[in-house]
Amino acid sequence: MTDTIIALEHVDKWYGPSFQVLKDCTLAVPKGEVVVVCGPSGSGKSTLIKCVNALEPFQKGEIVVDGIRLHEKGVNLPKLRARVGMVFQHFELFPHLSVLENLDLAQIKVLGRGKQAARAKSVALLQRVELSAHADKFPGQLSGGQQQRVAIARALAMDPVVMLFDEPTSALDPEMVSEVLDVMVQLAQEGMTMMVVTHEMGFARKVAHRVVFMDRGEIVVDARKDAFFGDVGNERAKQFLSKILQH
Amino acid sequence: MNYHWNWGIFWDASPEGGGTYADMLVSGLRITLAVSVLAWVIALGMGSAVGVLRSLPNPWLRRLANTYIELLRNVPLLVQLFLWYFVLPEVVPEAWGDWLKSLRDAPFYTAVIGLGLFMSARVAVQIATGIAALPRGQMAAGLALGFTLPQTYRYVILPNAFRVVLPPLTSETINTIKNSSVALTIGLAELTARARAIQEFSFQVFEAFTAATLIYLAINTIATVLMRLLERRMRVPGYGAK
Repeated sequence: MTDTIIALEHVDKWYGPSFQVLKDCTLAVPKGEVVVVCGPSGSGKSTLIKCVNALEPFQKGEIVVDGIRLHEKGVNLPKLRARVGMVFQHFELFPHLSVLENLDLAQIKVLGRGKQAARAKSVALLQRVELSAHADKFPGQLSGGQQQRVAIARALAMDPVVMLFDEPTSALDPEMVSEVLDVMVQLAQEGMTMMVVTHEMGFARKVAHRVVFMDRGEIVVDARKDAFFGDVGNERAKQFLSKILQH
Repeated sequence: MNYHWNWGIFWDASPEGGGTYADMLVSGLRITLAVSVLAWVIALGMGSAVGVLRSLPNPWLRRLANTYIELLRNVPLLVQLFLWYFVLPEVVPEAWGDWLKSLRDAPFYTAVIGLGLFMSARVAVQIATGIAALPRGQMAAGLALGFTLPQTYRYVILPNAFRVVLPPLTSETINTIKNSSVALTIGLAELTARARAIQEFSFQVFEAFTAATLIYLAINTIATVLMRLLERRMRVPGYGAK
């Protein structure tokens, strides 16, 4: 399976000696697919996605990202992470840099791109997320939705092979959710491989290929979108869906 | 009190020869400034390094940093200067000890290093606190972009941590200048020592220490203003204290 971008194989993770946060998680994200991961809070979905680019260690099992095995000796994590875009719940833009500088920095320092090439890329990406007018502002001067769109552009500037989203809209005011989701939908429709932890089931219905439901550290459902929203078959998932779809 | 005021004393020739009492103060001020600036460079350099060590995940490095900080912070500066100046030459191999004792300007070097290390422990605590005050996600965001850990510190963590701790660093700058006066006890002819010398030569104790006080006030005010300017320059729109 050369076209699998992310493969999790029987991943176990413990916090401390006794608390297991991930139990035997196995999951594959093929190239070009959008996989939405949902589940109640504390189910381990954020932990799972952070394991994918090794921001969180895991004790057992293996994760393979674009052919690179994370537990292999001498694996170059910075090099791997540079090819995996990540968007955080709290944006995490660098507050001391302007919007453009936020986009430039890793292109120059990590990829070794020339300043002009990096800047051209940054300008184009800002245009794409419709924030050209804010290029010289600082993150603290932008709304949450604008900051998150900058964060997406910053991740895209690295030409990632896959994008990870960790609850990208959870920290946003309701009226700003759609501007971020619009960018993500567009990205999905262009064929970007995406793994998205979110409760936005509208987004899942629109662009997801598969939906994964986690509960207490386990992947309990991994289904095609239609199957998931048709009849999920799992009682916990049904309950969860009925609760979040009520509103 | 039968005190004979004489504000003109500063323009009298000093018994040391070669200049007036005012010249004595100026030479003291020069040494105070030189010691303070060099000690502050050491304090900032060592303090930043130890502060970073204290923030790392490795428990051994953290312990090392904490030991450094507690040792230098909990022993009075006066005792530390005595240790460096009087005790160190006796406990190192004899040849080194002789070399140290024969060093011209030994009080100056001892003051710079002793004061610098003492202040570095305080700076380290500030830097570590500044780093801890940043959102945890900043580190994750840096690493996620492909930065190595040192790069993440260099480009993300430290520029923000320094902005957070700039105001407390202003007081540490001033403390360094004030603490340089302790070096008179190891025979350094800095500003306070020169004021005392004037008193001993001329018995004009009030004039001598009034002058010293005003000079300390002036240089610390200038240091404060410079740090405020730096704070303003470093201020980022929409971030931190307004």
